[in-house]
Amino acid sequence: MPPDNAERRRRTMTLEAFADTIIPGEKRSPDDRAIAGASTGQGAVAAGAIELLETPAAGLVDLLDGLTTVLNGHATARAARLGTTLDSGIPPFVALSFDDRTELVGELLAPGHPEKEAWVGLALFSNMAFDTAAHMHTVDALAAGHPGLAATGFAPPDADGLWRFPAYSYRRKFAELHPHTTASGSPA
Amino acid sequence: MNSTESTDVLVIGTGFGGAVAAYHLAAGGAKVVMLERGPWVRSEEFEHDFLLGSSYTRIFDFVVGDGMSLLGGNCVGGGSVVYFAAMPRAPKFVFDRQGSIGRRMWPSSISRDTLEPWYDRVSEALPVSMSDWNQVTYAGGLFAAACNHSGRTANPVPVAIDVDRCTNCNWMMSGCRFDAKRSLLLNYLPAAVACGAEIRPLHEVQRLSRTDRGYRVHYSTVDAEDYRILHDEGVIDAKIVIMAAGAGATPVILQRSAAALGGMPDAVGRYFSGNGERLNTAIVDEDRARELFGLDRGDGRAYEANQIGKGPCVASWDDLDASLPEYSRFSLEQLYFPPGFGTILAQVPGAAAPSWFGREKKEIVGKWQSWLTTFTMSEDDNEGVFGPPPPTGNAHRISQQMLGRGTISYEPTANTRHGWEISDAAVKAVMERDGLAKVMPWTNDVVGAYTVHPLASCRIGDDPATSALDDRHELRGHPGIFVTDGSAVPGALTVNPALTIAALAERAMPGIVQAAKDRGVSVKYGAPSPLGEIAGRRGTLPLVSDLAVR
Ligand SMILES: Cc1cc2nc3c(=O)[nH]c(=O)nc-3n(C[C@H](O)[C@H](O)[C@H](O)COP(=O)(O)OP(=O)(O)OC[C@H]3O[C@@H](n4cnc5c(N)ncnc54)[C@H](O)[C@@H]3O)c2cc1C
Repeated sequence: MPPDNAERRRRTMTLEAFADTIIPGEKRSPDDRAIAGASTGQGAVAAGAIELLETPAAGLVDLLDGLTTVLNGHATARAARLGTTLDSGIPPFVALSFDDRTELVGELLAPGHPEKEAWVGLALFSNMAFDTAAHMHTVDALAAGHPGLAATGFAPPDADGLWRFPAYSYRRKFAELHPHTTASGSPA
Repeated sequence: MNSTESTDVLVIGTGFGGAVAAYHLAAGGAKVVMLERGPWVRSEEFEHDFLLGSSYTRIFDFVVGDGMSLLGGNCVGGGSVVYFAAMPRAPKFVFDRQGSIGRRMWPSSISRDTLEPWYDRVSEALPVSMSDWNQVTYAGGLFAAACNHSGRTANPVPVAIDVDRCTNCNWMMSGCRFDAKRSLLLNYLPAAVACGAEIRPLHEVQRLSRTDRGYRVHYSTVDAEDYRILHDEGVIDAKIVIMAAGAGATPVILQRSAAALGGMPDAVGRYFSGNGERLNTAIVDEDRARELFGLDRGDGRAYEANQIGKGPCVASWDDLDASLPEYSRFSLEQLYFPPGFGTILAQVPGAAAPSWFGREKKEIVGKWQSWLTTFTMSEDDNEGVFGPPPPTGNAHRISQQMLGRGTISYEPTANTRHGWEISDAAVKAVMERDGLAKVMPWTNDVVGAYTVHPLASCRIGDDPATSALDDRHELRGHPGIFVTDGSAVPGALTVNPALTIAALAERAMPGIVQAAKDRGVSVKYGAPSPLGEIAGRRGTLPLVSDLAVR
């Protein structure tokens, strides 16, 4: 746990900015800094990325303080290299432009980067929050209009919360079988 | 005598290799105990839910290694509970492969022809049937139409699915709620239990040691919810040990046992194959799909059906041509991965960097209903090697369930990469023809290559230098330890492996039963199929005496 609320806010903002780099979304309010606003529609943050990362079951929770510090360190170094002055009122990574965040995260996730594994973990869970709402029951997430499931157009279940697709086939033969198909239906 | 628990046969793992062995030995009269690290989940507990902690994560194991990630089952029934039930037999040429050793890598006693009766036995037991076009899903139909349009043939794949029960929900990877998928929970395992075998879920085997009459199996019990937590430790003594923890776990248990057992064959934990797997995502242009093939779901939509169905339905076998050189043969199969597994590694066709995350990735996820995934199984080079074993299990567990960091390293050779490249090109040629779709392979940059078909980490063979097991699946230098899971398969199969794994396990049984008899166990070989059919047994009976003698 971060020692105080200011630290906690700093961590949350930094992780939000990371998740927003993975699946970007629209700002929650005009003065939203963590979400860069690089995309219309909601992204990973609104989809629950921070909730998922902070779920003990995910196994990353103990790393989040450290990753936040390291990420902000990389952001400061990047800004220095580029000669950019960062807004000092917010965490350095949050202060980067969306394109700079994307390039930095791209470097961290690239094969060969010594910290790659940790960043991949963060990216996977950010993605998963958007694609599957893994911190919620899927039926509830759909009912609540979860942005990721809505974006995929994930079909709703039957009334009992289970999925069935009575219509599933064109019921047409589309191609010839391979000439060496055996009686068991296998390749010869 | 002390009070240590003992049994005739101890089976480690309850997937294909373990279930086949437990059934035959228990049916023959041996006392059988099975230890399984995962939970025992009943049909009604198989959820349609992506929530962490639902069956979607409870029954899975995803191990990230260096250059290769392995996805497998983690429950009673093993991979059969999470699998897609595509059950083709391996083509003839596979058994003549030379792979990385420059001479035939399969034992001389095994060919497609000699394995055929054993394939029949498993096909009768599950059962496996040929599917027809009426059962092929929209995605399978579209893939078949695209194959045909590019001058290819296409086959509905044989499956172990009861199509009358199947609701085409496409939650197969969470276990089948409707008992339509013929997993081992519906045949070999209940039959084994009916014959007296005992299954203990949430028991993870850590290592083996020796006793004067056989082997001692050391296990820990696993917390039912948080698999990172291990509770009690225990041991069971057995005259025969059957290792069937899967190709990602069996070699690790043996590595950890090496100090106590001594003299592990060099091939334990080497020659791992990912079955040459590769995935491509096509984003289909709905209008072109309609114009080119007249596709119509009856409600104005041409396709938009990625979510609907039952895993792989159609395969393309045109590149399974025995006359082609090794490393250039592969099959293509249409399949479905749910979001999460199936979205994260997909790349944006034609993207400027980044290709698998960011703005453009979000845009293609928005077209998810129009995705069509193809799966390549090619001939890789058996280049995977397991490093020193972790303290417990086969990986360092990160998440409460599912995710772990393993010790495998896999650096694809030029041969393997060649297979991937030509199959990628084939998928592109089929799916992009006349503007049908835009295609990109999944990225290997994130978690390396990936396989749902781990094989060959402890393989059978005639040459002791390159095979850990003899052709009866006995671990070299350790009489009474047998390996019957995917780790015994010598190399990539160019098709889905479960039927071959199970057929090899069936074939190994007369020899294992004989080995048990030799150790004083009162056991007979010759059980019918788990549901009582005897046609398959009739076919294999003439082969039994040869397999039972040494
Ligand atoms: C998503 C998915 C889809 C698939 N689809 C298909 C398909 O359509 N067709 C096909 O042919 N194949 C398919 N497969 C592959 C198939 O499931 C495997 O090839 C097959 O299950 C391997 O059988 P096995 O006996 O080697 O091991 P497994 O079935 O993996 O069984 C091994 C068992 O051992 C247990 N275990 C591991 N370590 C320990 C330990 N230390 N102690 C105790 N128990 C342990 C595991 O929990 C597991 O239950 C699929 C796999 C996946 C993941």
